[in-house]
Amino acid sequence: MTLIVNGVEHEISSPSLTALLHVLREELEIMSPKAGCQQGGCGTCTVLVDGEPRRSCLTPLATVEGATITTLEGLGQAEELSPVQAAFHNRYAAQCGFCTPGMIVAATALIERKGGAVDRDEVLDALGGHYCRCTGYVKIVDAVMAASRGEVEPVADLPAPEEGEPDVLVKGSPA
Amino acid sequence: MAAETLVPSSADEAVQLFGDGTDLTVFAGGTILMPEIAAGRLKPTRALLLHRSGLDKLRTDGDVVRIGAMVPVAALAGGPDGPLARFAQQVADLEVRGAATVGGNLCASPGLGSQRGDLGAPLIALGARVRSAGKGGERTEPVEDFLAGDRAGRLVLELEYDKPFGSWSAQTLRRRHAHSYAIANVAICSTGDGLRVGISGIGPTAVRARAVEQSRNAEDVLKDVDPVDDAVASADYRRKMLIVLVGRALDEVGSS
Repeated sequence: MTLIVNGVEHEISSPSLTALLHVLREELEIMSPKAGCQQGGCGTCTVLVDGEPRRSCLTPLATVEGATITTLEGLGQAEELSPVQAAFHNRYAAQCGFCTPGMIVAATALIERKGGAVDRDEVLDALGGHYCRCTGYVKIVDAVMAASRGEVEPVADLPAPEEGEPDVLVKGSPA
Repeated sequence: MAAETLVPSSADEAVQLFGDGTDLTVFAGGTILMPEIAAGRLKPTRALLLHRSGLDKLRTDGDVVRIGAMVPVAALAGGPDGPLARFAQQVADLEVRGAATVGGNLCASPGLGSQRGDLGAPLIALGARVRSAGKGGERTEPVEDFLAGDRAGRLVLELEYDKPFGSWSAQTLRRRHAHSYAIANVAICSTGDGLRVGISGIGPTAVRARAVEQSRNAEDVLKDVDPVDDAVASADYRRKMLIVLVGRALDEVGSS
């Protein structure tokens, strides 16, 4: 079967009931979706399936045959962060970073769905299933609202990737 | 060994492949089964996946609302206001509601330390009927009868209920936590024909509280309902709170 992940078509050989999370991490070595609770309860494995946010740990591979999958890596690059990524960086919305991939993917889907500025309650509803064990919620919610209003300064101070660092990683990600 | 996976492309093919359900794991949204597989508690040998079976239609035929088994909980949460929408909005979180289905919610068995199947309460209150297939062929029956039977041997195809459903109330007790299961749910619909009272979140399946329908006395809920102890709440607490929730619901529909 085939999957289109971040614009690249892949032939997949994992068994059909494998969780999409493990296909991404172990077969395709796309590491931003994290294996957190693996029960659908923490949010950090969230990816977009045909544009809709889904828990990749709860998604059997067979149900997404031919689908278009977007992970955090597909939203922006270290040199050109997406608006939500840039807002998270500028507003210190990432601490340990483990929840950040799911938060940014779900927030991006929310802003896409609303097509403009979102308010605090809308962010809380959309991110209600995402856990930040550093408890950095205030800055996360502020960053999402700022990104939705287009209030994001360009990111100028990201360090260049280190020698030998795989280019699939967003600089500073714990992946 | 990898499981044999069956992916029917129509409802008829799904019914044929299901047979009597023996040695078959049925996947609707997968939100309950995938964690079981991840934890090593479930190792399917044959899996029936319904995502291409065409059972995801949500439509209104005159005064009858028809909900395919594979309609996602999110579609009900975003539907017209009523007891079903209210309870659907409280299921898990946005991403899980997008994957979870009404058929899966109806067939869910209790989890480790929690009860499932919140939507049973509003479906009972709405007088919903379940069309299912399995041994002995297809049949349509009230939700409460379906829940009291052998669900493992049935493949849910569709739910239906009649409009209008009268005045209604949806009462729930739960922690402020997206992934916490309910402590108790009460749904009541009141029409010219009388009351219908559905209770869920208190035991292995939702039940109809017929004694309350007759007496309109909240304390009678314990004649039909026997709450369980689990990690979410004690049976004793559930008994006390059920009487409160039923009382509020009766007040809200003007029947106390």
